[in-house]
Amino acid sequence: MTESRIDPAASATAPQSGQFRPSRRHSIWWRILAFRWHYLFIAPGVIFFLVFAYVPLLGNIMAFQDYSPFRGLSRSPFVGMDNFVGIFTDPEVVTALVNTVVISLLQIVFAFPAPIALALLLNSLLSVRIQRLVQGIVYLPHFISWVVVVAIWQEVLGGAGLVNDLLAQLGTGPVALMGNPDTFKALVVAQVIWKEVGWGTIIFFAAIATIPTDRYESAAIDGASAWRRIWHITLPAIMPVIMLLLILRLGAVLTVGFEQILLQQNAVGRDAAQVLDTFVYFRGVLGGDWGLAAAAGLFKGVVGTVLVVLANKLAKHGGGEGLF
Amino acid sequence: MAVVRPPWQERTPGWLQVIKVVTIAVILVVMAFPFVYVIVTSLAAAGSTQVGIFPTAWSLDAYRSLLEGGVVSRAMLVSIGVTVVGTALSVFFTVLTAYGLTRTAEMPGGRVILFLILATMLFSAGIIPNYLLVKELRLLDSYWSLILPTLISAFNLVVVRNFFMNLPDEILDAARVDGASEWRLLWHVVVPLSRAVIAVIALFYAVGYWNSFFNALLYINDTSKWPIQLVLNTFVLQGSPLSQIQNPEIQPPARAIQMAVVVLATLPVLIFYPFVQRHFTKGVLTGAIKG
Repeated sequence: MTESRIDPAASATAPQSGQFRPSRRHSIWWRILAFRWHYLFIAPGVIFFLVFAYVPLLGNIMAFQDYSPFRGLSRSPFVGMDNFVGIFTDPEVVTALVNTVVISLLQIVFAFPAPIALALLLNSLLSVRIQRLVQGIVYLPHFISWVVVVAIWQEVLGGAGLVNDLLAQLGTGPVALMGNPDTFKALVVAQVIWKEVGWGTIIFFAAIATIPTDRYESAAIDGASAWRRIWHITLPAIMPVIMLLLILRLGAVLTVGFEQILLQQNAVGRDAAQVLDTFVYFRGVLGGDWGLAAAAGLFKGVVGTVLVVLANKLAKHGGGEGLF
Repeated sequence: MAVVRPPWQERTPGWLQVIKVVTIAVILVVMAFPFVYVIVTSLAAAGSTQVGIFPTAWSLDAYRSLLEGGVVSRAMLVSIGVTVVGTALSVFFTVLTAYGLTRTAEMPGGRVILFLILATMLFSAGIIPNYLLVKELRLLDSYWSLILPTLISAFNLVVVRNFFMNLPDEILDAARVDGASEWRLLWHVVVPLSRAVIAVIALFYAVGYWNSFFNALLYINDTSKWPIQLVLNTFVLQGSPLSQIQNPEIQPPARAIQMAVVVLATLPVLIFYPFVQRHFTKGVLTGAIKG
């Protein structure tokens, strides 16, 4: 405690949070009054989160209803678990679920490690200027919308795009790189790497930068090669960050780039490109099958939340730090 | 620029050096080339053909025809309006809420409120309940449907709150002793000290509003209120013809017009990106206390 803080007991007037630091010693009313400005400041934010994050949770009631917008939530008849039985016997949902999980796993295997590799490569460069240049360029697509990204890819790799133009000039037939259902999942993963590799690289690179150099120095003096230093010093040091991002990624296993896939679904058809989110959108918002679509959405949300909590437990169990 | 190799670090063998340089070069080309190609294509003049990646004749006609009025001009105005108003409101309420939550340890109920806000990062009510909420609030077809549902991001809120909590207490206490109200303290002491972090979250919000596609698809049926991303989707990805060329005398290639829309939809990000990127790496608390 510093001299400037006035003891509230000595002050007979109403509490001023500006004059002292309220602590748990004071009565609750005293503290509420002292923090009146803080309550006022957070009021709009609290209302926002209540209305736009918590109130819509109630809307999930319709997953248990034969919902119709005319009757509303209060007068739509309850149908128990019918909608959930419905989603698991609907072949379209099964396709969507399989597509979602396959794309997600491909991303975890190929897209997740890509920024770690790039960060290690960047870190091994000696020129700070080149490090900055590469970071600046690879980070840029992260800020660009999926609509623009898909349009750009279309222009370069699409049926009438640059690559096929050049192939035609060479006398080779067109290669369906964009609209091919067989390779769509690989395309999705490639696009995700192109767009997001920089974002992860910045995070991992920053984590690597915090490792004290004397660790490398003593390892080198002990005869550890550059590869062994990466394996035994760098990777263990950034493991908490890797785990943190992996936990978040696992929690989103049923979320795969919704806009990205929606935008390209026309070209490859629903069998290859229907995922849970697009199913909910088409069946619910456009198709009017509200209850069924809401059930699919609720299923996705619950699985996602459970997975984050589980992955977090697992990380803590394994001696890691966890997320919360 | 001097490249300093620490004395303990062995010299990289030549073959590895070559592999590294080639890898970096390939990455840079793969990342940057598509942007260059799109810009170059958008600059093709009427009647020009393509040699390699370059058009034979250059002009800005594609941009001129798009910005003379019509669908794309209006969509740009909508996107600019939503982005400016949305970012201003989001930053204001994020800063206000973050500052209000810096004393949760002592504030009655503070921890519970903070937990409830942080928890929103772990769940989402889903597309359909969100859609119904916006519908019930009578926000369908209103520009507010593009702003209010994403007004505060819990993630950005935490970033700002952490930054505020790391500001030195001495500065705040000194201002309090001088009789500054909490409101004055926030806007005249805390915010000026936090310019770097506020610039970063402002960029995040602005990019979010500018790029917002799905919310607009979901909530805006009136095509005259469409933001640029939706227009881009319709005219470039879905291939509907742009029936808005005002001046028949300039008729740039259809592809140039399409790519000009892509460039316009990216331009604000390209302009502000280098400016704000500095703040990402900038020291967080430098200059807070001098001496």
